[in-house]
Amino acid sequence: MKRILIVGGGTGGTILANNLARRLRPEIDGARVSVTMLSASARHMYQPGLLYVAFGKMAPSELYADQKTLLDPVIHFHVDPVESFDLDHNEVKTKGGSVYDYDYLAICTGSRPELVSVPGLMENAHHVYTEDAAVKTAEALRTFEGGRIAIVTGVPHKCPMVPLELTFMMYDYFKDRDLLDKVSFMYTYPIGRIHSLENVAKWAAPEFDRMGVRYETLFNAREVDGVKKCVHSEEGSKVEFDLLIAVPPHKGMEVIEQNKLGTAGWIPTNRATLAMEGRNNVFVLGDTTNLPISKAGSTAHYEAEVLGENLARLVTQGGAMRFYEGKVFCFIEAGKDRATYASFDYKNPPQPRPPSRAIHWFKLAYNRLYWNSVRGLL
Amino acid sequence: MSETRIVDARGSFCPGPLMELIAAMKTATVGDELEVLSTDRGSAEDIPEWIKKVGHTLVSSSEEGGVYHLRVRKAK
Repeated sequence: MKRILIVGGGTGGTILANNLARRLRPEIDGARVSVTMLSASARHMYQPGLLYVAFGKMAPSELYADQKTLLDPVIHFHVDPVESFDLDHNEVKTKGGSVYDYDYLAICTGSRPELVSVPGLMENAHHVYTEDAAVKTAEALRTFEGGRIAIVTGVPHKCPMVPLELTFMMYDYFKDRDLLDKVSFMYTYPIGRIHSLENVAKWAAPEFDRMGVRYETLFNAREVDGVKKCVHSEEGSKVEFDLLIAVPPHKGMEVIEQNKLGTAGWIPTNRATLAMEGRNNVFVLGDTTNLPISKAGSTAHYEAEVLGENLARLVTQGGAMRFYEGKVFCFIEAGKDRATYASFDYKNPPQPRPPSRAIHWFKLAYNRLYWNSVRGLL
Repeated sequence: MSETRIVDARGSFCPGPLMELIAAMKTATVGDELEVLSTDRGSAEDIPEWIKKVGHTLVSSSEEGGVYHLRVRKAK
């Protein structure tokens, strides 16, 4: 029997597992193939929903589903996170003490915000990368009566559009509260333009100019002074705030670093085959790769579809044929009721279109359709 | 002045090389020279801008075989 082991039950792992269950149905029914998933949680979170929680547009309870209900019943699912990887012997050991052997391994453990890398950020900034933080951000926005808002971004971070979306959505929120004349926005970004994707930056800059959002590029936060309410940058500049919104830098999961699979928790990955560098039976999906592309659910989604097809061929016919071409699709909320999108791959940069209400409503619909998407029905 | 330290960011894409230079600068002392190696064109444009903003000195800049060599002296 060929054993496929998936470590991680987020977007990439779940789509991959269901994709394999569909493609390999006869082999699984005939006990020639097994698909097993190990996850740290029995619950699956729709992480993009956290942005909406921060603006009171989704309730935290709407972000979750039981992971088991998202998986095809033929998948063996265990809530037992992996503690150690022995890639030379094709086995992993879990926190619960179990050992799982595999013929093919997919690692999709995701990433986590690393606020501690900037002193003072944890204590003074609001963000939208955990349920608790998103709820607190909502409360901070709801009770804000005016002043200086600073948006500070670290790299790499999950969901590349969040710095822009937070800014656009805050602008509309305070406009609705009739507070714009009492609020100023200072948007900062680590590189020499206001977004890592050049065309997105070109589209967003005039929008910021129109809204009166000021911005400083090449701003990398060094530390936050909570008493004087300012952020000092590595570059020597300073931004003052009454409300600090952060898009914190991220790292891969600790277990990846502890097992020395990749620096900062990012595993060196072949950009086309998604194989871990130096391994031909270990694959990496989503945020966990070190690929220079967006850390986003859609990245994991497109990668999982490619890997599903390749793994199915590997166990039935002996050779992978598809290549991941870097496809990513990101919605960009451009306020409370309009949105655009960025669709791109390794060779073709995005060309954002003027925002529209239709795309915004499509995004809201996708927030509900996500569960069918990870089930493989969409 | 100590010998030039190499920050090898080849294969890393924007903003990776700039971030690696920033991290290396934190541990360098005034007068140290660092040379960033990068294969990313965007970073080769961003790094001189960053050096100018911070007030360090761009000692030299060249491209050879698709690899950008950016030599910077820590000024403060």
